[in-house]
Amino acid sequence: MADRPLKVLIAKPGLDGHDRGAKVLARGLRDEGFEVVYTGLRQTPEMVATAALQEDVDVVGLSILSGAHMTLVPRITKLLADSGLGDVLVTVGGIIPDDDIQPLREAGVAAVFGPGTTIAAVAEFLRSNARLRD
Amino acid sequence: MAGDRGALARLLTAVENRTPVAEAALRRLYPVAGRAHLVGITGPPGSGKSTLVAALIGQVRAAGRAVAVVAVDPSSPITGGALLGDRVRMQSYASDSDVFIRSMASRGHAGGLASTTTAAAAVLDAAGFDLVLIETVGTGQSEVEVAAAADTTVVLEAPEMGDEVQAIKAGLLEVADLVVVNKGDRPGALRTAAQLRAMLVPTVARIPTDRPAPKRPEVLVTTASTGEGVPELLAALDRHRAAGRESVGETARRTRAAAQVRAILAERLAERLQDDGVAPLTASMVDDVAAHRLDPYTAADRLLDAILRGRA
Repeated sequence: MADRPLKVLIAKPGLDGHDRGAKVLARGLRDEGFEVVYTGLRQTPEMVATAALQEDVDVVGLSILSGAHMTLVPRITKLLADSGLGDVLVTVGGIIPDDDIQPLREAGVAAVFGPGTTIAAVAEFLRSNARLRD
Repeated sequence: MAGDRGALARLLTAVENRTPVAEAALRRLYPVAGRAHLVGITGPPGSGKSTLVAALIGQVRAAGRAVAVVAVDPSSPITGGALLGDRVRMQSYASDSDVFIRSMASRGHAGGLASTTTAAAAVLDAAGFDLVLIETVGTGQSEVEVAAAADTTVVLEAPEMGDEVQAIKAGLLEVADLVVVNKGDRPGALRTAAQLRAMLVPTVARIPTDRPAPKRPEVLVTTASTGEGVPELLAALDRHRAAGRESVGETARRTRAAAQVRAILAERLAERLQDDGVAPLTASMVDDVAAHRLDPYTAADRLLDAILRGRA
């Protein structure tokens, strides 16, 4: 089933209302041939995990600009692991200080994409690192 | 109804990808499916299908029933990618295990659904959900496929989207069991509903024929964003379901059964067509058709003969 599209959840957990970046990325990944589930603003970690489970996605991309990533992201990765989705690739985009990148990796994040990352680079990373969960 | 939601989600993925595992599962599940009420929700882009589905979920849960949603959005004909955005309006039920929402990309299938949507709905039916809502891609006038996939077809209209002539054109409105004018708080909603009611009346007394009588859909007005009219919509769905148990729905189920068998037959034929060992579409045949030495009808007939004889 190598030629089926990768399925990606793009979610905005937390309370910041800035979803332009998430929408641009969702659209860009669509153009790169991904099936992108976009769930909108103000998601709780539970909403993100439920959507990832029901949609059976290969990748969860989190967009956070509020500064709450150290609280939200580990909670989401734990909920994913508890739901049997430990093998789903988790990436984070937004405003993430350099010092937080290593702790996020330790919490199960595969990559952190800061401002200026191209959509092509994100797409390439996902293609190379996501495992088709058949 | 406890069930393993992760296993359900993975089976739906297998169904979408048409794996052998999925087909084996569908064969086994078929005898236990057929109990859920399958409701198709269709209408133009932006008419409020997802918002109405979200409002219906709330209503159905308040009645203590389990509900699943299959929401289809279009795949890009160019890249194969898709943006599946129907969940945006349905996020309030994350912790409710009696609500299951699944997005599907249409993957090149025209008609408003993905080719595997009926099978996905059957899986959710077999999983024990009382109601399965099938939300189509935004449709125009002729994407009527959902009517064959659902027991009850709801066609959404937005206010002021067209005049009475739009309402008497053939197509989508003909397959509606219920017509819903959504965005009922907008100006013109009641007038649109009145025009639809006036135009969707039965025509002349019919000479009895084998053809099914034209449907006489009930016309309702909802404001999905506030929930106005949604209890009445659920009541109308239940009425249609109850009536269907007696007569109408039997026809729908037979139509669906025939459509399913034909669709699978067509798929299998298409697969064998792709198999060059069975019916080789040779380079010389392609050349002949391209150069107008052979017409494509004759070429196709030759291949069909080869397939039906089971040899090249």
